Amino acid sequence: MQQPLGEQIRVRVDQDAPLFTEKRGFREAWRQIKRDRFLYALAALPLLYFVIFRYLPMVGLIIAFQDYDPFLGIGAIFSMDNFVGVKHFRNFFDSIFFWNIVRNTVVISFYKLLFGFPLPIILALLINEVRVTLFQRTVQTISYLPHFFSMVVAAGIVRAMLTPQGGLLNQAIVAFGGEAQAFLTDPALFRSILVTMDVWQQAGWNSIIFLAAMATINPEMYEAAAMDGANRFQRMWYVTLPSISFAIVIILIFRIGGMLDAGFEQILLLYSPSVYSVSDIIDTYVYRAGLIGRQYSFGAAVGLFKSVLALILMYMANKVAHYLGQEGLW
Amino acid sequence: MKLSRGEKLFDWINILVLTIVTLFFLVPFLSVVSTSLVSGREYALRGLFILYPHRPVLNSYDMLLGQGSIVINAYFVTTARVIVGTSLGLIFTFPLAYVLSKRRLYARVPITMFIFFTMLFHGGLIPNFVLIEKLGLLDSFWSMILPNLINPWWLLIMRNFMLAIPEELEEAAIMDGASPLVVLVRVYLPLSMPVIATIGLWYAVMHWNYWFDAAIYINDPKKLPLQLILRGILEYGTGQYSDYSGLAEMTELTDPPPAESLKAAMIVITTLPILMIYPFIQRYFVKGIMLGSIKG
Repeated sequence: MQQPLGEQIRVRVDQDAPLFTEKRGFREAWRQIKRDRFLYALAALPLLYFVIFRYLPMVGLIIAFQDYDPFLGIGAIFSMDNFVGVKHFRNFFDSIFFWNIVRNTVVISFYKLLFGFPLPIILALLINEVRVTLFQRTVQTISYLPHFFSMVVAAGIVRAMLTPQGGLLNQAIVAFGGEAQAFLTDPALFRSILVTMDVWQQAGWNSIIFLAAMATINPEMYEAAAMDGANRFQRMWYVTLPSISFAIVIILIFRIGGMLDAGFEQILLLYSPSVYSVSDIIDTYVYRAGLIGRQYSFGAAVGLFKSVLALILMYMANKVAHYLGQEGLW
Repeated sequence: MKLSRGEKLFDWINILVLTIVTLFFLVPFLSVVSTSLVSGREYALRGLFILYPHRPVLNSYDMLLGQGSIVINAYFVTTARVIVGTSLGLIFTFPLAYVLSKRRLYARVPITMFIFFTMLFHGGLIPNFVLIEKLGLLDSFWSMILPNLINPWWLLIMRNFMLAIPEELEEAAIMDGASPLVVLVRVYLPLSMPVIATIGLWYAVMHWNYWFDAAIYINDPKKLPLQLILRGILEYGTGQYSDYSGLAEMTELTDPPPAESLKAAMIVITTLPILMIYPFIQRYFVKGIMLGSIKG
């Protein structure tokens, strides 16, 4: 039987080793460390990277509880003089932006999930049914392509499609007797554009994992089903889909776990003040209010709020995965 | 196996649907390519986003890639970023992956947890910015390299690959009198070449495409990578760079390209290298999705 996909996609932290190699106290530990001093020396510099560029910013989060002044030295971060407690958090929760950006984050993520999750599965099902290998490969290669464009390029292509100055879509509308529209500044359309672009850029790429799961299905299952008179749709429905259901469930769970990432770069590159009301998410708000507006402490507080929520969501997603008998991320 | 009529119909409909889907993925980019070739004259006659220009011209490219232009400069910045970022990325990632693949290592699991935690929790935008500022890296080339030295996810994938290399190889080499360094360089490095090549490609594409760090850390236009020049031209047109030689020659052209063609040409210029190597590197990326799976 095939491996459970949880096994395939996760990066396991524990590799069936006990926590410490042997429990023989400090002396034995020191002996082992001395024996492997070459290995520790190799690891030192890379680990220093994690300390400086990954953990120091976490320490820096204490400015969320201060009135941080960028013109004071580093010492100011560690002094109690500027300590203001949860003032910035309270300001954030009380601000008129709070509900709007939380709602936008969740709603945009939800729409991306609603369309961006099932479409790769359907695409994988269709590609899996193709009998002509050359055609199959061509479709796959082209469908992955947008994934390799940088976000700036992808957003540029979307702008080019939608511009009222002769964009492809507007030219088509005009050709059919309609009137050119400014799509990107229309609040009613902006989220649909985000979702469509997301599908365009990622659907092909996201289908790979499902195709890989399908490749592990035993061909005898299809032959048996065909013998019993199942047609192609029935085989897709009763053989292929159940066989990849574990992949579908686990990927869905972790996408929900990552829901607070609604697409910061994408939105930052496409939005404008006229569509802030429907597209301003937590990340873009941190960027504008915190970084551009130079309210570092306030921005750090909003960012911390999001990071903690995201950690809890991921933790719950992992718990659910375990509960369903799949192996989670850890 | 003889196919029934229903089966054949199914196949044809499937091919038809997939062809339409493929066009959905492909046409937006193709139309940008064709727009980049439209001349000012043709624009006046036929409009802009035509499926193919009757008389394709390279005016837009001439203008963007003129002698000493900011675009050429940005090409050098991005190339340097890719080369330095990828080399240093591998130099930092490979040894740590090697160390973490040693099952006998004391405190191996705590060290791995220490790294793994950074995948789940981040300081976030503002503390990262403050850090770069305090390190004096604002407006420095290194602000694009150092924060991205090691991708923890890829590190663990590389470690998983090396976990599959039998430990007996190391024992045998040590029996033969090899030092730990020789074991690493002569035994593990050659055996790890497939995963090093794959992850090197990931670092390279990441560095070519990434833009946000430069957007917040770098102000000097001469230090901006290609993606940021593209962003500037897309959002504000070419005017903002008119102080720099190369792009100002617009007025001297007899048939200046329309603004939308310039933008389209800049998109093509930015993504052309990716496009050219894409057919050859694609399988490394696809394989990579499965690589993490080697023994979990």
